[in-house]
Amino acid sequence: MFDLSPDEWIAIKLSLRIATVATLVALPIGVGVAWLLARRQFWGKALLDGLIHLPLVLPPVVTGYLLLISFGRRGPIGAFLADYFGIVFSFRWIGAALACGVMGFPLLVRPIRLAIEAIDRKLEEAASTLGADRLWVFLSVTLPLALPGLIAGLVLCFAKALGEFGATITFVSNIPGETQTISAAIYTFTQIPGGDAAAGRLVLVAIVISLAALVAAEWLARRAGMRFHGE
Amino acid sequence: MSVLALDVEKRLGAFSICARFESAGGVTALFGSSGAGKTTLVNMIAGLIAPDRGRIVLDHITLFDSSSGTNVPVHRRRIGYVFQEGRLFPHLTVAGNLDYGRRMSALAPDPAEMERIVHLLDIGQLLERRPGKLSGGERQRVAVGRALLMRPRLLLLDEPLASLDEARKREILPYLERLRDEARVPMVYVSHNAAELARLASSVVWLDAGAVHAVGGVKLLERRPA
Repeated sequence: MFDLSPDEWIAIKLSLRIATVATLVALPIGVGVAWLLARRQFWGKALLDGLIHLPLVLPPVVTGYLLLISFGRRGPIGAFLADYFGIVFSFRWIGAALACGVMGFPLLVRPIRLAIEAIDRKLEEAASTLGADRLWVFLSVTLPLALPGLIAGLVLCFAKALGEFGATITFVSNIPGETQTISAAIYTFTQIPGGDAAAGRLVLVAIVISLAALVAAEWLARRAGMRFHGE
Repeated sequence: MSVLALDVEKRLGAFSICARFESAGGVTALFGSSGAGKTTLVNMIAGLIAPDRGRIVLDHITLFDSSSGTNVPVHRRRIGYVFQEGRLFPHLTVAGNLDYGRRMSALAPDPAEMERIVHLLDIGQLLERRPGKLSGGERQRVAVGRALLMRPRLLLLDEPLASLDEARKREILPYLERLRDEARVPMVYVSHNAAELARLASSVVWLDAGAVHAVGGVKLLERRPA
């Protein structure tokens, strides 16, 4: 029963690629935003915080539609990126990655922000008296101490990106081999007669990938935590 | 000739500091009851707090001068700081902590100096451990070593023994005396404990309510035994 068809493999590999790219591109931006929210007071901070969390509370279809009208071929940002950089999101897998990244972003930022807020700033002061400038304080003290939060954020974002459905299908549709992720494929299989077996196989795959990500995160977080408290 | 010259003013809410003193090197004790402004003053020397007005000069180099707008940032002052609570980096080993200042100050590795400081403070057996596994006394010795290994022009010690019990204090004092005799770094030592300072200090600056109450030798401390 557990023979995956080539189409199913394609959906799985595509899902992994989209989720990985979305998470890795979102990571540096997420760390920067988390640091800003944790450490800086600036005009519009509440607005930025709200905007980031919006995909969490909006219906995903709404987020997808907003992406379509801004990042689509005719959208202001989409047209600009296509004309000057040749980057096209519409009906492409990187469009799916964008949608997944946006949906996962609040889940990425929140644990990192909490981890940074929990760091004793006196340690950062000590680092600066030892000759570290602001960037090095961040790289050598803040970031390593925020590592457990970083791992948690990465896993949540990756899991969200892997399972994202509504925003992706609204923004870049459901094209096999290009934008059809595991979730979209499962949905498609459940819509056609006799697709139950294929849908079932993909459901199992989704469970296995998600569990593996969870276990890996738990293991990494424990290792990072151990470094602070033991030898 | 003065190594450290300081003349600063700072308002912090209802509290204000207005202090002026010079130090010729050796161990300068900053003495006074809690709330006298000792830590604030030391933070100004380190560069963690900017005075409202005044000048701070170390070894003929102006670190802060409000009239010319000079304010050398903390990380370029090369002033070692031993905090009351040690503030060791929990994610680094003792060896990593000791080497941190050298790396951040972009100094060449100096195994002989490392060896000397490790020996001076007797912390050789701790190098592979994490700070979480150290006793209070060990932690403070490592903090002193970490500050010394950045080759500071001045060493600030802010109540380094305050968080320790009497037995631990007696354990560390001899190391600090050795440090004074061997390290050849001028020090500013903050404490409210006259007995501790009498053993270590070469001169005393007595602070009271944010102002310098008296300046003089260790004899000053006999006027008010703690």
